[in-house]
Amino acid sequence: MSMIFGVPLAVLSGQLLIGVINGAFYALLSLGLAVIFGLLKIINFAHGAMYMLGAMATVILFDNLGVNYWVALFVAPLLVGALGVIIEYFLLRRIAGQDHIYSLLLTFGVALLLQGVLTNIYGVSGLRYAIPELFKGGVNLGFMFLPYYRAWVIVVALVVCLGTWFMIEKTKLGAYLRAGAEDAQLMQGFGINVPLLVSLTYGFGVMLAAFAGVLAAPIYSVTPVMGSHILITVFAVVVIGGLGSIGGAIITGILMGVIEGLTKTFYPPASTAVIFLVMVLVIMFRPSGLFGKEA
Amino acid sequence: MTMMKKLLTSAVASAVMVGGAQAAISNDTVKIGYLADMSGTYRDLAGPNGLKAMEMAIADFGGKVKGAKIEVVSADDRNSADVASSTVRRWIENENVDLVAGLVASSVSIAVSDILEENDKLGIVSGSAASSITNEHCTPNHIHYVYDTYPLANGTANAVVKEGGKSWFILTADYAFGHALEGDVTRVVEENGGEVIGTLRHPFPTPDFSSFILQAQASGADVVALANAGADTTNAINTASEFGVTQSGQTLAALLLFLTDVHALGVEAAQGIQLTTGWYWDMNDETRAWSDRFMEQTGVRPTMVHAGIYSSTLQYLEAVEATDSDDAQTVRKQMMETPINDMFATNGKIREDGRMVHDMYLAEVKTPDESENEWDLYKIVRTIPGDEAYRPLSESKCPLVSSK
Repeated sequence: MSMIFGVPLAVLSGQLLIGVINGAFYALLSLGLAVIFGLLKIINFAHGAMYMLGAMATVILFDNLGVNYWVALFVAPLLVGALGVIIEYFLLRRIAGQDHIYSLLLTFGVALLLQGVLTNIYGVSGLRYAIPELFKGGVNLGFMFLPYYRAWVIVVALVVCLGTWFMIEKTKLGAYLRAGAEDAQLMQGFGINVPLLVSLTYGFGVMLAAFAGVLAAPIYSVTPVMGSHILITVFAVVVIGGLGSIGGAIITGILMGVIEGLTKTFYPPASTAVIFLVMVLVIMFRPSGLFGKEA
Repeated sequence: MTMMKKLLTSAVASAVMVGGAQAAISNDTVKIGYLADMSGTYRDLAGPNGLKAMEMAIADFGGKVKGAKIEVVSADDRNSADVASSTVRRWIENENVDLVAGLVASSVSIAVSDILEENDKLGIVSGSAASSITNEHCTPNHIHYVYDTYPLANGTANAVVKEGGKSWFILTADYAFGHALEGDVTRVVEENGGEVIGTLRHPFPTPDFSSFILQAQASGADVVALANAGADTTNAINTASEFGVTQSGQTLAALLLFLTDVHALGVEAAQGIQLTTGWYWDMNDETRAWSDRFMEQTGVRPTMVHAGIYSSTLQYLEAVEATDSDDAQTVRKQMMETPINDMFATNGKIREDGRMVHDMYLAEVKTPDESENEWDLYKIVRTIPGDEAYRPLSESKCPLVSSK
């Protein structure tokens, strides 16, 4: 068997594929962050908590109401998105236009609150959620065993990412959003309800996080703290991609998943640090990020 | 008149005391600091319910010891040795804490035991696993109560090797506890004619195990062993089942599993897994009776750590009562001299290295058919006698051990 740096090629291919799968999660999450920052200039530290809420809602809806995975895929993000709109309307709106640090602290507080309350109710051992019947089992690719569910995650995550990119960059609605971000007053003058647009945009970004949470529910331990682990990584991804760059968030997300996966193969202890190392290098040589516009 | 009477009684009492040592309870208060992970990965296995277990013990003891108050303070160590150290320093220096209990993450316990030794206060470690806590990190100021990595390896690894699992791949949590467990497991596997063909140290905590499970699968080892704990273990087991590790002919061995972990996984995913435990709530009438009371207060069944916290708090208070002292060395000596017989342990004994030696149990997770309710999770396969389970003093690196 051919080897690369002492690792069999087959194992390496498996790791690359796993990297892409994890990268798809990073892409979905960082996409939401980029949308919220790019269009609203809000540093959303509650993003991890929203991801967690998506997963928790999936489990809670199933346990209490028997709502299945396919319904949860729509309902859970809608519920969490609605919560996002409420948060925007009652809290974030009050600090609009202030320094970014206020939105960071406010959303961080919201995240801690949600996490604390749910920890007290559900504990941290994790809630069970079975993989949907359709995706049980997997296929042997020769170099690795690919669970069907993971394959589904890549496909659906990519579709949602590209759909979002298309909507923001290529449609009229997207044009309104981008224009609103540039000059809200002018847009108001054209008779567009900018505050509503802002609420909906925040709600949409949050929905993306919750959607990633639903996808994660069958494969990771669903706990109130699951979002805090991933949040910092996702922020690093967004910084590397360029704050606010929609396409950058998607490409960097997948790229970082792969880099992390390779590190787990060659030197596992560094796997939690490697993304931050890349972030440091990017900030040093290209402060606006790989895909960011020069300030 | 009553004043006079009190004075006289205390004068007589002091005169009666043999040796004339300053045997009295300082500040007329026995103060216990409960330090544990209250919000993170290890919350459910010890955490707030461990505090409940401690309060149950104090209430069962009568709420007072020799007329002195029993006070409890508690804090979240956030699994950080730094946070734990500064909390314990504050407790000792400003709040007159006599005993630090709980103590879950091994790194926390090791850091705290150093501070306890510096200040000559007592600690009882109930949640930590690293066997090094009473080996190279032993001090005359702490006791390790519930279990450690040595019997975990002895029990589970021994059983799995004897069933034919000869080649092992170990996934290790990259910190003190994981390293200790990996070392102990390697020894047991090799002693029984097996071989460890690979180890992989993963960061703590790791939310995604797919990459590591893939490497374990590719190793072709008979046994994939998990030297980790809490959410790391449940995540790894879930991922292993997703990637069909057992279907492809490999055995999964979880070296440290708590009742709360198995409960979270459910019998469907965890059935058949063998594990070593220091206690199980459904072992006999006494354990069931206590567990029922615990469940009334908390809504969940107790882990071995919860039971151990209850038992060790009672043992501590009895030692304080017997010696009329809260001095660390006096109490520890008394605890070492008293065999432990309660709902937690039979003929348990605390050795000079601080290890509380008691019987351990090899358990197997029931199948969905066998399990009658959500907490009916284990069947006990074998009792491992204490002296066989724990590291013998002859192998100890602890400087307190005289008989080496």
